[in-house]
Amino acid sequence: MTDKPLIIVEDLAKTFVLHNAESATIPVFQDLTLQVAAGECVVLAGQSGVGKSTLMRSIFGNYLPTQGAVKVWHDGAYVDITKANPHEVLEVRRRTLGYVSQFLRVIPRVPTLQLVMEPLLENGVSFDEAKDRASELLSALRLPEAHWDLPPATFSGGEQQRVNIARSFIRKYPVLLLDEPTASLDAENRAIVVRLIKEALAEGAAMIGIFHDLDVRDAVASRLFEVSQFKAAA
Amino acid sequence: MNAIPGRIAPAPLLSVEGLTKWYGHVLGCRDVAFDLRPGEVLGIVGESGSGKTTLLNCISGKLTPTSGEVRFDTRRFGLTDIYGLSEPDRRRMQREEWGFVHQNPRDGLRMRVSGGANVAEPLMNLGGRHYGNMRQATIDWLDRVELDTRRIDDKPRNFSGGMQQRIQVARNLIHGPRLVFMDEPTGGLDVSVQARLLDLLRELVRDLGLAVIIVTHDMAVARLMADRLMVMKGGEVVETGLTDQVLDDPQHPYTQLLVSSVLQI
Repeated sequence: MTDKPLIIVEDLAKTFVLHNAESATIPVFQDLTLQVAAGECVVLAGQSGVGKSTLMRSIFGNYLPTQGAVKVWHDGAYVDITKANPHEVLEVRRRTLGYVSQFLRVIPRVPTLQLVMEPLLENGVSFDEAKDRASELLSALRLPEAHWDLPPATFSGGEQQRVNIARSFIRKYPVLLLDEPTASLDAENRAIVVRLIKEALAEGAAMIGIFHDLDVRDAVASRLFEVSQFKAAA
Repeated sequence: MNAIPGRIAPAPLLSVEGLTKWYGHVLGCRDVAFDLRPGEVLGIVGESGSGKTTLLNCISGKLTPTSGEVRFDTRRFGLTDIYGLSEPDRRRMQREEWGFVHQNPRDGLRMRVSGGANVAEPLMNLGGRHYGNMRQATIDWLDRVELDTRRIDDKPRNFSGGMQQRIQVARNLIHGPRLVFMDEPTGGLDVSVQARLLDLLRELVRDLGLAVIIVTHDMAVARLMADRLMVMKGGEVVETGLTDQVLDDPQHPYTQLLVSSVLQI
């Protein structure tokens, strides 16, 4: 483990330009600066539309920031996600940087167990070990075993979300971005996810999260971060 | 502390530079350049007539470009412009080190010989002479692409479109290529068959560490298969980047139009 911040966001700005809507420009934030250390969970606060998800996606490399840098500690050095080539970003995502979205987006007709094993197989873990760990995690998330051999397309929202969480937590990413991972879960399942998050933090993960559920937020947040303080002028 | 970009820069498997193709005064593609690393999947997207297939054909040695270079890290000659090789050397390199999966299995298969013979043929072309070994390898590959191995002696026309495509995939992977070209590999298939085939292709790519260049007009296929995308319009590359970034935060007006035109179901 390192005492350096695992995420450094520097002077980040994002403005959307919609070329097919008369080149409308939508400024979101500017000069945004944020650091997250190991074992810390920074929760993004603010109302809908303030740019929480945009910030999260910019850190993941899913959105292309207009300016600034996003440095992620990977293999003993910082990689600037905004400038690294696709090959490097994928490598950082494969081993260091995880992202849990609200929605499950996977190839149709692939069984759930296999989907959860996939991140491990991609990292060279053996089939048997991947299967054991996936089964263990799905049990912990209380997804009925009868579902494991089925593709998740027909599952309820909460079940799909737990599959999504399993796919992300199975890897024990050192840096994890959580975009409302508990949005469609009931109280008991939320508590299980809170436990998973706390375990990962105790093991030294750095996290940035968006939680609208105040119980979850209070349970996991090391501090709150107001995105609106960096609001870009329209 | 500064970020260190490009710390590990393994040698490219394929390096394309200034690739241009004119059909008389009609532009096929202009000034295309990119590097492909081992194990990397590059998607080429764009609408019909944007130059995707011209580009794929130029890169894969099927169509001589008007100008530009296509350098491939060949086993025998190292990183070499494939159009600088003699015709026999180039053909041999294509047979040994590349695969090409066509949209229409009829273009990639010999329809008059059995499915098994189609799969085994690349081994024979590369000097395989032990019939028993080749038959066993064929059975293994039919099994791997999830075909009934008892049908090894059936002709391709007796298989469904999806099955023919699986035969074509097996035929193009059996000899252990390092680079595989795919031209709309799931284009002619039912959506139901498409999903399974895509999953199979993705697994094979991961397990074999293949580099792939896949041409598709289907953004969903691009998202599932490709690590990064090149967006083409009017023969030119207008945008390139990480697949999900290009699809979720497109920068070029044309890419924005393309992505926002996808029907949601």
